[in-house]
Amino acid sequence: MIRSCFLAMALLLTPLAATEALAVQPDEILADPGLEARARMISREIRCPVCQGENIDDSNAPISRDLRLIIRERLVAGDSNDEVIDFVIARYGEFVLFNPRLSGWDWVLWLSGPAALVLALGGSWFVLRRRALAGPGPVSRLTDEEEARLRELLKD
Amino acid sequence: MLIELGHFALILALMVALVQTILPLWGAWRGRPVLMAVAEPAAVVQFALIAFAFGVLTWAFVTSDFSVALVVSNSHTLKPMLYKISGTWGNHEGSLLLWTLILALFGASAAWFGGALPARLRARVIAVQGSVGVAFLAFMLFTSNPFLRMEMPPMDGRDLNPLLQDPGLAFHPPFLYLGYVGLSMSFSFAIAALIGGRVDAAWARWVRPWTLAAWVFLTIGIALGSWWAYYELGWGGFWFWDPVENASFMPWLLAAALLHSAIVVEKRESLKSWTILLAILAFGFSLIGTFIVRSGVITSVHSFASDPERGIFILMILGFFTGGGLTLFAARAGAMQARGVFGLVSRESALVANNILLAVGAFVVFIGTMWPLFAELLLGRVMSVGEPFFNAAFTPFFVALALILPLGAMLAWKRGDPGRVLGLLAPAALAALAVGLLSVAITQGQGMIALLVLVGAGLGLALLWARVPQLIRRRVPLIVLGMAVLALIWAVQTGRSALGPIGVMLGAWVVFGSLADLWSRSGREGTPLAGRLGRLRHLPRAEWGKAIAHAGMGVVVFSVSAMLAWKVEVIAVVAPGDSFALGPYSVQLADVRAERGPNYISTMAEMVVRRGGAQVVTLYPEKRSYPVQGMPTTEAGIDYGWLRDIYLVIGDPQENGGWAVRAYIEPFANWLWAGCALMALGGLFSLSDRRYRVAPAGAKSARPRGKEVPAE
Repeated sequence: MIRSCFLAMALLLTPLAATEALAVQPDEILADPGLEARARMISREIRCPVCQGENIDDSNAPISRDLRLIIRERLVAGDSNDEVIDFVIARYGEFVLFNPRLSGWDWVLWLSGPAALVLALGGSWFVLRRRALAGPGPVSRLTDEEEARLRELLKD
Repeated sequence: MLIELGHFALILALMVALVQTILPLWGAWRGRPVLMAVAEPAAVVQFALIAFAFGVLTWAFVTSDFSVALVVSNSHTLKPMLYKISGTWGNHEGSLLLWTLILALFGASAAWFGGALPARLRARVIAVQGSVGVAFLAFMLFTSNPFLRMEMPPMDGRDLNPLLQDPGLAFHPPFLYLGYVGLSMSFSFAIAALIGGRVDAAWARWVRPWTLAAWVFLTIGIALGSWWAYYELGWGGFWFWDPVENASFMPWLLAAALLHSAIVVEKRESLKSWTILLAILAFGFSLIGTFIVRSGVITSVHSFASDPERGIFILMILGFFTGGGLTLFAARAGAMQARGVFGLVSRESALVANNILLAVGAFVVFIGTMWPLFAELLLGRVMSVGEPFFNAAFTPFFVALALILPLGAMLAWKRGDPGRVLGLLAPAALAALAVGLLSVAITQGQGMIALLVLVGAGLGLALLWARVPQLIRRRVPLIVLGMAVLALIWAVQTGRSALGPIGVMLGAWVVFGSLADLWSRSGREGTPLAGRLGRLRHLPRAEWGKAIAHAGMGVVVFSVSAMLAWKVEVIAVVAPGDSFALGPYSVQLADVRAERGPNYISTMAEMVVRRGGAQVVTLYPEKRSYPVQGMPTTEAGIDYGWLRDIYLVIGDPQENGGWAVRAYIEPFANWLWAGCALMALGGLFSLSDRRYRVAPAGAKSARPRGKEVPAE
């Protein structure tokens, strides 16, 4: 809950829940460092359901602690990372996933950046090449004089 | 009484802003100098009225006037004076007043310093600025009045959110607003130019300093917020891709694009309509940021209903200015004629590439931030988009930007010679490669040996450099960067371990590239050192500003990569008196005791950090509890260092008598803030360039000679 208020707090003061625990607690940590590392990796991608855009790894809310414990339980039981995440989604819904799985229209989300880049590069290459090929025509020669006059004016 | 005067001043300011909008626009349209002349006094009076209202509100906070509702909900008599003052803008209504104050200040600045502008352009700029003022003053008066009284004044207030009671955050909002609102000037200039149908070098020379100033303020504001998150939130993170953070990051990206494209307009009279479009979009994103933050629509879709009036009002403001601006753009952009012609490989093209990458980056952040809202409204799906998406989708654009930055910055205007630039950048590429290799060696524990080998190789190469043929030199950056990109792709495919070295290498490439740029301007090969230094001293400040700001960005890339890759974390239960290992250090929890602050109680730990038996530092991390608001904050104990921060946090007491403790080593953390400071400093250098200081003043002194100054 706390960090979501970065900035926002300066502007609209959301009531903050008074919580005692601070993110991952020592008693949660698994003895097996490999499993623990996987648990940390998963919990960074799971959103705290009652907070404002915070992952359960950083969150202080009790429900995040429950989720962290569930994830570790499943890992100890031998689940793969994907199985653990499926388990969490089945109970809390897709909302808790910070890294949404590709489904339905989500390709728009992922592809809009690259598509915009391709469009922008293609468009500007087209325009620039045409302009470069056209070269300074008679119009621009005229305006060069004007430009010189402008610089003259700017100077004094 | 004073409070009512403040309220009244705001109403008057709204009236003045209306006059400031309508009369000068009409006058400029009809060619009536008398009406246009209204603009300047109106802007100044509007500023004075809002400044008075702001002063009244500050006074209410300073004297703890609990008959004012806003003071009751955000202040307390025991609060330290600094936070009583900063409490003025630590809430929705007060921050909005600060927003409008800065808006009016910029309008008045256009009146004070705009003497050299053509009369029509000046009148229109001030009028458009006034119209933004009308919108926000109306918003404040109708939905968010800061001067509401309490019917029954309580004995004491409810205190300011304790997280806000911090020097870093006290000054974070004002800087951000200076940036957000600064972009309104670029917007006003863009609209005025569209109405007048004229964009030329003189116009760009006016727009660029305003954009640059706005960008500098945004940089400082974002850095302050990030720094605050780092030391205050208790686990050493500095950026979270939170919607509210993104709200400030998008205008920053677009302002960066705008200040680069304005260079092309100013120097080459090209990219005019694109620059106008960017100016409209940059301010549009400022407004979108305001909307995201104040309506609460993104952080939680459901809280929109809690204050629909405010959200809808801002949406209307956003729609009016962005929609209106874009419509005007569509109608008039054809009138802007480009004059400068340039080749495909040139400084202009490089700046176009910079603009594309920054704008597409901003677009990706926008899509990611808004997608949950779209998905819920259009697809009926409740979902989240967070850090994993932004890391994967945004970072490639920034990596590409860092890769091409040193090349683009050194290309010549009009027609560049890429071979020559690559040759000049060869030493920078080799130095960056050395930094990357060194980082690998240090993390593998072979630092000293690698350093000796690299220094030897560097010295040898420096002695032989003059004999290395140009053809080979020109290949060096391509080979090094190609290797880096391949390694990056390989690292993304296989795991993260190689991202750190590649990231620091990329950062070093930008830093050394900026140095190479400065060096190449100090003379040709063979110029004696004294001559080079002399020329460096006399380079225009804009050149220095460019190099400093670019190097700052390189330092930021370097530091972010290092922190993400090599952060060390320990979470443990420690009994008082016991020690635990943190990387090469040993940390002892010497004592935990209760302390009292002015308006909080604190659990303070005393932790002694040792290395090899020798004491490094003693830190006092705290957990504070603010009784009035009933919430805890963590105050990490941080030992700031050149190469690393040691970051200690005290947690809760455990059942078996120990304490939960979190400890981190944050490599190169200070470099992040230093990099941001360098970027801002570079902007300031550029802002103080001779052409901005001299051109307006020169034009002013020239005016009396002309005697008659026609209204254009």
